[in-house]
Amino acid sequence: MKAWKRQGRGDRVRYVAVLDRPEASVLRGLMAQVEQMLTGRNEAAPDDELAALTGIRTGPSTPPDDPVLARLLPDFASSGEDDAGELSAAMRSVREPELIEAKLDAIATVLATCPAGGGRVELAPSQAEEWLAAVNDVRLALGVALEVTEDMPEQLPADDPRADHLPVYHWLTWLQDSLVAGLMQ
Amino acid sequence: MRSAFGAAAPLRFLPPEVRLSAPAEPEVDERTEESVDEATLADTPWQTIVWNDPVNLMSYVTYVFQKLFGYDKAKATALMMDVHQKGRATVSSGSREKVEGDVSRLHAAGLWATMQRAS
Repeated sequence: MKAWKRQGRGDRVRYVAVLDRPEASVLRGLMAQVEQMLTGRNEAAPDDELAALTGIRTGPSTPPDDPVLARLLPDFASSGEDDAGELSAAMRSVREPELIEAKLDAIATVLATCPAGGGRVELAPSQAEEWLAAVNDVRLALGVALEVTEDMPEQLPADDPRADHLPVYHWLTWLQDSLVAGLMQ
Repeated sequence: MRSAFGAAAPLRFLPPEVRLSAPAEPEVDERTEESVDEATLADTPWQTIVWNDPVNLMSYVTYVFQKLFGYDKAKATALMMDVHQKGRATVSSGSREKVEGDVSRLHAAGLWATMQRAS
């Protein structure tokens, strides 16, 4: 793909790029994995009578065991606070359902606007923002899986098991950076 | 133009089963040594802290600060540089409810944010 282009004016501004088939396939595949993890976390949330009565959903009070989910759904309180554990538990149970919903909405927008076989992607500004959030979540997930560090090289030695996957991470970094540049124009 | 990548085997980071976690052991932090007077806590303002991480892009973090808080580019960039170079920055402050909402929106954007009482 080439960098995102901004087209049109005012209400008609659109961000446009063309993804080839392998790019669309990898992007959609990674989105679907994060979607599945978040949905699984959602379904594991406690189902209490008060929630059924009031319609206000309550999430789990403990952070996910899985390191990828834990990065996507971090604790709320700074660890230096005396009551960090209690605070984070209380806020997680209140806030996590809406947070998961926002992340799933962003992924749904990507899946709805990126053709499965590749092709032209055309985004309204609000959709472009959802793309940024969803692509960032996928990069965070890859960052955990590939143990990405601040000074990650462009390529890893061929015998490193992560070597084949790093280009995907770097490509998503470039895609996101290009879309941010478009939105900040 | 960025070159596409080969069709390597798809990376799987999905765990075999997604499960509810066991209660976490409370983390011990050495910074909790000093005791806080409980009576003063209710009135203490809160701060939103954003922490550095190796994945979030400098351009994206700047964009998020402008978008979520309405900061101009200079202020958003200065805060981003603090996160990047000092490891953390206080990006907003106020009541517990306000700061809790700010942290939640930062989490939705994928930034690593926490809240704490202003010291």
